[in-house]
Amino acid sequence: MKTLTDNWSTYWDGFLGTLSLFAVSAVLSLVLGVLIAGFRVSPVRPLRVFGTVWVTVLRNTPLTLLFFIVVLGLPRFDITLPFYTFAVLALGCYTSAFVCEAMRSGVNTVPTGQGEAARSLGMSFGQTMSLVVLPQAYRSVVAPIGSVMIALAKNTAIAGSFSVTELLGTYRTINELGYSIVWTFVWIAVGYLIITLAVSAVFNLLERRVAVSR
Amino acid sequence: MTTAPEPAAGGGQTFTPLIELRGVNKHFGDLHVLQDIELTVGRGEVVVVIGPSGSGKSTLCRAINRLEPIENGTILIDGEPLPAEGKGLARLRAEVGMVFQSFNLFAHKTVLQNVSLAQIKVRGRPKAEADAKSRALLERVGLESQADKYPAQLSGGQQQRVAIARALAMDPKALLFDEPTSALDPEMINEVLDVMRQLAHEGMTMIVVTHEMGFARASANRVVFMADGRVVEDRAPEDFFSAPESERARDFLSKILKH
Repeated sequence: MKTLTDNWSTYWDGFLGTLSLFAVSAVLSLVLGVLIAGFRVSPVRPLRVFGTVWVTVLRNTPLTLLFFIVVLGLPRFDITLPFYTFAVLALGCYTSAFVCEAMRSGVNTVPTGQGEAARSLGMSFGQTMSLVVLPQAYRSVVAPIGSVMIALAKNTAIAGSFSVTELLGTYRTINELGYSIVWTFVWIAVGYLIITLAVSAVFNLLERRVAVSR
Repeated sequence: MTTAPEPAAGGGQTFTPLIELRGVNKHFGDLHVLQDIELTVGRGEVVVVIGPSGSGKSTLCRAINRLEPIENGTILIDGEPLPAEGKGLARLRAEVGMVFQSFNLFAHKTVLQNVSLAQIKVRGRPKAEADAKSRALLERVGLESQADKYPAQLSGGQQQRVAIARALAMDPKALLFDEPTSALDPEMINEVLDVMRQLAHEGMTMIVVTHEMGFARASANRVVFMADGRVVEDRAPEDFFSAPESERARDFLSKILKH
């Protein structure tokens, strides 16, 4: 307990860092993921190709490698941003690939007749997706998106190795001050659990809400 | 081969073509599902398409609003060629209503919302105006009391009548029916056919793919018989049913009219 109380402000800063990394990347990944999923099912071939390449590249490379590319690669093209922004970009883009695939599997659960009916009434592709297909796909993607978001919360830990203040990185400071390594990590784990369990709870609630409206 | 399309049997009205198919071809893999289709449907005409399963009649129906793209040939709607995918196609689809075998009501919307949605989003009508029109149409198909239910709470026959109201809400120039009664229990077929008979009577242009020979006899101006992706006969219903010209049609009719 002393490990926690003595280092409260270090832990708190780390916790807030992780929380904000998670929240901003989550929004970015959800927006990008839905957009790319739309690309992948669109009638326009170049968009489909772009979506497929996006998912294939991001889903099949290690996140740490992506961090290196963003943090070390982008400055080569004179793109210099704060490390925090780089981290959000890497996390958001990486996770968007998984969000996209979850959305796409959800879109595939909606009977094709629903989209045909919408199109036969003169709706554009965008209207068909946003008014008819996605609201029905949403029901079946709540649970898988929840898993993706929990994975994202834990992946924020990698940002600590790239000079971003976050929860896991606090162990260095605390350890240097001579506190027990075991307890240092126990309290870090508790911090992650607070975030991930909260995410689970939110998604459980969402799942129950959409189950009622069926 | 095929007899020339007769003018609409609507009592001497002038025949203006609304839907024209010229040399339309389509394959599904090796299957040549539409072979050099020639078909003209006049304004106000009711054309019933019949034929054995796999003859291409559903594909023909779906090709007219490009739910199935064709490989070659021309499809004209009101003199305009069918546009490729995009805004032009969406505009055209709004003019040609479609009723599906499996109803395809939007499962997450109420009956009223189903009928109003495209009016608001595609036609740009204010919600109150769209809802008023929807309620009037629901009353016409006898379902005004079901407006706030979800499609899953209705019987098949009721769902199909909602689907017809939804198509009518766009004020279409023509309606396409793709086997509208094939998924229904026998006791529900008539409530849907009643609505269709009424529409035919009021002069709506309709292409109806169906196995309901009674409807074809009573309400159709022309019967188109398809087999193996070809239009084999295209004649007035009384001629077709009493004296089919082709062996295929005689064979088909003898199988379905016996019981």
